[in-house]
Amino acid sequence: MTIGLPQYLVVSGVLLALGLFAIVTRKNAVAILMGVELVLNAGLLNLVAFSRFGGGLDGQVFALFGIVLAAAEAVVALAIVLQVFRARRSVDASKACELKE
Amino acid sequence: MLTNLLAIGPELVLTLTVVLVLIADLVIGDRPARRGSLAVLSFAGLAAAAATFFLLPDGGPAAFGGLVSGDGLGVFFRGLFLVAAFFGVAFGALSDEIPVERFGEYAAMLLATTLGMSFLVQSQNLLMILLSLELVSLPSYVLAGFRRGDSRSSEAALKYVLYGAAASGLMLYGFSLLYGMAGTLDLSAIGPALNAKAAGGSVGIRAGIALAALLSLAGFGYKVAAVPFHQWCPDVYEGAPTPVTAFLSVGPKAAGVAALIRFVVIGFGASVATPPAGGLPWPVLLGVLAMATMTLGNLAAIPQDNVKRLLAYSSIAHAGYLLMGIAVGTPDAVQAVAVYLPIYLLMNLGAFLAVMAVRAKTGSETIADYRGLVARSPALSIALAIFLFSLTGLPPLAGFIGKFYLFAAVVKAGTPFFYVLAIVGVLNSVVSLFYYARLVKAMFLEASPDGAPAVLVPVPVGLLLAILAIPTLVLGLWWSPLADLAARAAGIVG
Repeated sequence: MTIGLPQYLVVSGVLLALGLFAIVTRKNAVAILMGVELVLNAGLLNLVAFSRFGGGLDGQVFALFGIVLAAAEAVVALAIVLQVFRARRSVDASKACELKE
Repeated sequence: MLTNLLAIGPELVLTLTVVLVLIADLVIGDRPARRGSLAVLSFAGLAAAAATFFLLPDGGPAAFGGLVSGDGLGVFFRGLFLVAAFFGVAFGALSDEIPVERFGEYAAMLLATTLGMSFLVQSQNLLMILLSLELVSLPSYVLAGFRRGDSRSSEAALKYVLYGAAASGLMLYGFSLLYGMAGTLDLSAIGPALNAKAAGGSVGIRAGIALAALLSLAGFGYKVAAVPFHQWCPDVYEGAPTPVTAFLSVGPKAAGVAALIRFVVIGFGASVATPPAGGLPWPVLLGVLAMATMTLGNLAAIPQDNVKRLLAYSSIAHAGYLLMGIAVGTPDAVQAVAVYLPIYLLMNLGAFLAVMAVRAKTGSETIADYRGLVARSPALSIALAIFLFSLTGLPPLAGFIGKFYLFAAVVKAGTPFFYVLAIVGVLNSVVSLFYYARLVKAMFLEASPDGAPAVLVPVPVGLLLAILAIPTLVLGLWWSPLADLAARAAGIVG
């Protein structure tokens, strides 16, 4: 069997599904961010695959920028998680509920 | 090359200002004039950025190989963002929620957000859209959690970043699918390419286009706080420092609206007048989102006791009104959105400034502490009442003109669905009167609680209130210059 575009799309679809599952079910803020990373990487895999199977180089350039973007986002997000941990000794997102009506 | 650089002149100046503010913050150190001099430096940077608008190349050609467009829509909103940034910096300088030793960081973060918004509204390329959206988001997360020791501020930042990261991940996935199907990242080429695909394509291709469009919409919907991507909004607005809330409620929201116009109306060519690319029913889809957004925003605002939270739901409702204009998508509707946003900026910033002034004296944001405010601070109460009635859309205030243009554009669309949309919009405005008037009633008709402190407004705050209140009054009677500017901004469509 040759590996073509469909195989890549299936893998990225699975990654997207796993990422979304983690975002929805996890309570730990760090685990939610790991889910976000999976979603981002699913998109990046798509871009590279589409680029490889006939779309020009745009997709690969996009993917490179996407990797940097994921890193920048992780830095800010983890800094905020750390700040929350300092304030309440827990990174459980479901327990962060001081702000409610 | 020079034309390319001139085309992003304001952004270059803003970048320089961010760097200068950070350096100056270090150099000035603990001298007494720290806050003032940093504010003046930021204002000078904003003024210089505004001056470079006169150097923009004529006719607005696309620069950097089509990455950024120099069209009227972009120029209009970039100007608006400079105004928003001016008020954002000024609010921060006057607020006790931003400690003086961290004001430099605040100004730099706020100007960086403005830089992102500026790029976002002129992005003509999916990569540029995603990058500039992140440039808006990352500093706003930091701003939301600006009060480090405050657990409410941290919680706001956590909610903001978790929702935001998820939304931008979904948006990236949507963009990757769009790229796969259209074979290009250029927004102006995506529409025709998708049309060609959908015309001869299978059900699978159509489903793929729909999925890609919906996922992309998640990112924009999150930025403008549209249902169902709004859950972060009330918590973030309540927990973030008030100057930050004021800025977030106008700046990034306006940028999201403008980017959505570019994506849907220009990219997909969606409007009630033309069939949209890829066979997607954008007008109806966005119309339904608009209805849901304004209805939820207005109904959820009614029982709120915290004024910042009330204004958060009110800003969700206003996002709904704006989505109505994008759903119609005709040049008239884009003009209406461009009329609405500057007016919204004035009245919403004004309302938050009044909240900030009351908080500075009473330390509280609940409606109960606004009782009898008119006796304690007549001018402030009258100004806040003007902003609130303008947000409702009562004549002869500016908010009425904004709503009038929007509803006129919706009715002109002329299909039964849009008549229903217009009726829902008007009913929503009536509902909104209820909760805005509740605050006004507390200020004017109820007696002050015993021992409530007098709220003396410092001179700079009073001056800013006047700068915001006077146009809110004047634009309600004499709006033709704004309408002309907005028409020029909408000139690109149709």
